[in-house]
Amino acid sequence: MSNEALQLIDLKKSFGPAKIIQGVNLQVAKGERHAIIGPNGAGKSTLFNLISGRFLPTSGEIWLNGDKISGKKPFEINRMGLSRSFQVSNIFTNMTVRENVRCGVLYSMGYGYSFWRNIGNLREVSEKTAAILEDVGLIDKAHLPATLLPYADQRTLEIAITIAGGAEVILLDEPTAGMSHSETDRAVALIEKASQGKTLLIVEHDMGVVFNLADRISVLVYGEIIATGTPEEIRGDPKVREAYLGEEVEEGVPA
Amino acid sequence: MTDMTTTYVDLAPSRAEKFRQRVLPMILFALALAVIPLFGPSRSTLTLLNHMGINIVFALSFNMLLGRAGMLSFGHAVYLGLGGYFCVHVMNWIAADTGIWGAVPIFTMPAFGFGAGALAGAVIGWPSCRRAGTPFAMISLGVAELVAAAGFMFDSLFGGEMGISADRMGGPEFLGLSLGPLNEVYWYIAFWTFVGVVGTYAFTRTPLGKLSEATRDNPERVEFVGYNPQRVRYLVFIFAGAFAGMAGGMSAVQDEIFTPENLSLVPSGAILIAAYVGGIRYFTGPIMGAIVMTYMGSNLSDYTAGWLLYLGLMFVGVVMFVPDGIAGVVYGTWDVLRSGRLNEVAAGWAIRLLGLALMAVSTITLVEVAFRWSDGYGEVFEPFGLELAHGSPLTWVVIVLPFVIGALLLRRVARSESEVTS
Amino acid sequence: METVVFAVLNGVIYGLLLFMLSSGLTLIFSMMGVLNFAHASFYMLGAYFAYTLMEGSNFWIALFIAPVLVGLAGMVVERYGLRKVHARGHVAELLFTFGLAYLIDEVVKIFWGRTAVNYKVPELLDFPLFTLYGAQYPAYRIFILLVAILMLVALWYLLRRTRAGLIIQAALTHPHMVGHLGHNVPMIFMMVFGAGCALAGLAGVIGGNYFITDPAMAVQMGPIVFVVVVVGGLGSLEGAFIAAMIIGLLQTSAVSINASLADIFGFLGLAGTSEVGGITIASMAPMLPFLLLVVVLMVRPTGLMGDREV
Repeated sequence: MSNEALQLIDLKKSFGPAKIIQGVNLQVAKGERHAIIGPNGAGKSTLFNLISGRFLPTSGEIWLNGDKISGKKPFEINRMGLSRSFQVSNIFTNMTVRENVRCGVLYSMGYGYSFWRNIGNLREVSEKTAAILEDVGLIDKAHLPATLLPYADQRTLEIAITIAGGAEVILLDEPTAGMSHSETDRAVALIEKASQGKTLLIVEHDMGVVFNLADRISVLVYGEIIATGTPEEIRGDPKVREAYLGEEVEEGVPA
Repeated sequence: MTDMTTTYVDLAPSRAEKFRQRVLPMILFALALAVIPLFGPSRSTLTLLNHMGINIVFALSFNMLLGRAGMLSFGHAVYLGLGGYFCVHVMNWIAADTGIWGAVPIFTMPAFGFGAGALAGAVIGWPSCRRAGTPFAMISLGVAELVAAAGFMFDSLFGGEMGISADRMGGPEFLGLSLGPLNEVYWYIAFWTFVGVVGTYAFTRTPLGKLSEATRDNPERVEFVGYNPQRVRYLVFIFAGAFAGMAGGMSAVQDEIFTPENLSLVPSGAILIAAYVGGIRYFTGPIMGAIVMTYMGSNLSDYTAGWLLYLGLMFVGVVMFVPDGIAGVVYGTWDVLRSGRLNEVAAGWAIRLLGLALMAVSTITLVEVAFRWSDGYGEVFEPFGLELAHGSPLTWVVIVLPFVIGALLLRRVARSESEVTS
Repeated sequence: METVVFAVLNGVIYGLLLFMLSSGLTLIFSMMGVLNFAHASFYMLGAYFAYTLMEGSNFWIALFIAPVLVGLAGMVVERYGLRKVHARGHVAELLFTFGLAYLIDEVVKIFWGRTAVNYKVPELLDFPLFTLYGAQYPAYRIFILLVAILMLVALWYLLRRTRAGLIIQAALTHPHMVGHLGHNVPMIFMMVFGAGCALAGLAGVIGGNYFITDPAMAVQMGPIVFVVVVVGGLGSLEGAFIAAMIIGLLQTSAVSINASLADIFGFLGLAGTSEVGGITIASMAPMLPFLLLVVVLMVRPTGLMGDREV
């Protein structure tokens, strides 16, 4: 039990009559980099929304490091050490890049709702913010308003906010969507660096990224996980080939 | 942590920058407050200045909600009113010298107002802050109606329609101010205005203040960095109530009376207009708005019966065409002047100004003629000896012609500018 | 018994009037996301237009023309005002309508004066229709009831049985899809805004002479209509109907109760001579909608029938 960072037990979610997630069981070990793949509409984003508390599951349980998190609010789950990014960049548009990251840092450093401190005097917050900006390579753009960032940089900022709070478990929802090849390479390097020593759960369409990055892969089809295993196992699994990889094998998966 | 310090890059603004951007304006503001009495303002000017100070703090507290946290309140006067009422009661306790009250200087009233406003915000905010956006706005309106109605009902607390008055000359003197003469009241107001401005500015620099901006921009993301947006809004609401209550304490000493009318939708709407016309995206916007609106409110009403109509027209005009308000125009102009692009835009500005002036002429004529017609006393609008009766063709020429020309001019400028940018 | 019957009858009439106002508001809100702060001002315009039309013609012409005029005014406001502000978000739109309410108030004062106008019930309907428990019941109230029910049926028919209604219903739940399906969304917005305003105008025509037609009528009615809409759940017509009925019945029945708080809470030791004890239920009637608002929000923040977080 204690070795599982994240555990989903018979998780189900329906919207009205539509059963989007139909009984998902999944264990992600501490320190593991786990990818979830599957065709469009398989319920990958819904799964993320369930884990991060954006939606309430219809039934089933979610455990994080031995604590039950299903039924909790997003901010409670975040405080317990789980952080997520969004498929569509979800940043604070009217703030500068630095302020964006700082918002991600504040709570974890114990400055919750404080109103008696000058934010400019919080040295460790400034240091941590600067360190993260340095890590993700946005330090030169720290003072730009977030809206003025080019698309790829906004995606990077999205990741920066996600990792800013120092969460142990990180969920990334299609972090490289819409990026060019070189941008994708940089993003993958960043994700590798950022997830060092942490547990990573990632939804990704780019098979190159998935097979490079992941220790294990789960394949989600119509709200059910049809296979879980190492990249080799998944590549060899006939069920997966049939259901999903079929048409994409040639273009995406490195031989 | 240790390796972090090695890569630590100081992104914070330098000391000189901080001084120039934050400390210097405050010093200048304090200087301005200190210099004003040297001009020997008259009693009516002093009263006007005092009301400006009160409205500055009030408008800033309102903007903690609308501008910073994105919460539109139609009932913010409730907190000024409740804070002010509490102070009026305290002043009466001081006058009666009961218990320890005899030792409390009247000078400290805004602190009491601050506390009462915060308490009111904490109690009323609890149900209201459960919703954001449009529902919050509607709820604030309902709550304001409720409190105002209660104000008319409980005479011992609110004094009925007559309100409750107090005397500002009781209690021990503070800083040698008896608070009797208006110029002493000026110092009192100036002091607390400064405290209010510094306080509301300092709030924007706290983690909570920053998070309120984040919640305004993207409440959902705030949840995923560990914050409860409802909680953020609620706390900001309490602070906004507190600073409004502080303005109430200032007002209690200046005017020495509070009536249930002070709690109603009318002053709430007025401060909304003042803050918005001033420019809610800037910290200084509400200050400018409060100054301009207070001035207009006290002077324009002497000139014309239609000043509320002008106010409404101005507000709608700002909402539609100048969303950044007075502050936006001031800073925009300043940027152009500083970057030396004045001659590029001068022609456009001149035409625009001319267009606006023409439309203003026509609007003013229309409103003034209409008001005189409506009064039915047969009075005729005679600007510069020009007789403009409501039936005469000349009047309609003066109304229609400048309007059309002005509108055409504005349209031409807008078109040519959009061509340049596209 | 007789007070109960009268209170229920009057309450239903008042509730239907409230619904007539709040249905337009709800339609506009659900489709456009705009809470029209000036909605009650259009109600006031309806009453004043009818008053002026009645001077030149008669009530029956006014009954049809005035709402149309109000609807046209609403369309102009949408086309040349709201649409410009639309891009800057809902707060800007709300503020625009707030300013508009302000302006309409002032303009009404210019044209019709600051005091109430003598907008009378038409003579044809100015007679007691029947006698109940020895008290006469005015025919005009029943007329209001009929008009309101007629409007209710017409609205229901329009929404459920016509093509336009289908589009509107679709737009209520999926505003973006309707645009993708090739409908002229700005046009629909303008029509819906106009229709909503026309409904408010109709309420003004038949309510203005039932209550009183003065420049304060918008300010008095506005907040209550907002309460109806929020309590019912923003964007829900059913919710608005239920809330309108609850508030209509609550307010009219409260007015007829002369008991004081001391009479009710006397067993708790509340004395009739004390300030709180001396308050009568009747005097609390104007506050009741707002009390209801607070209570509902404590229990169900999304309103009675609302599930949409806006």
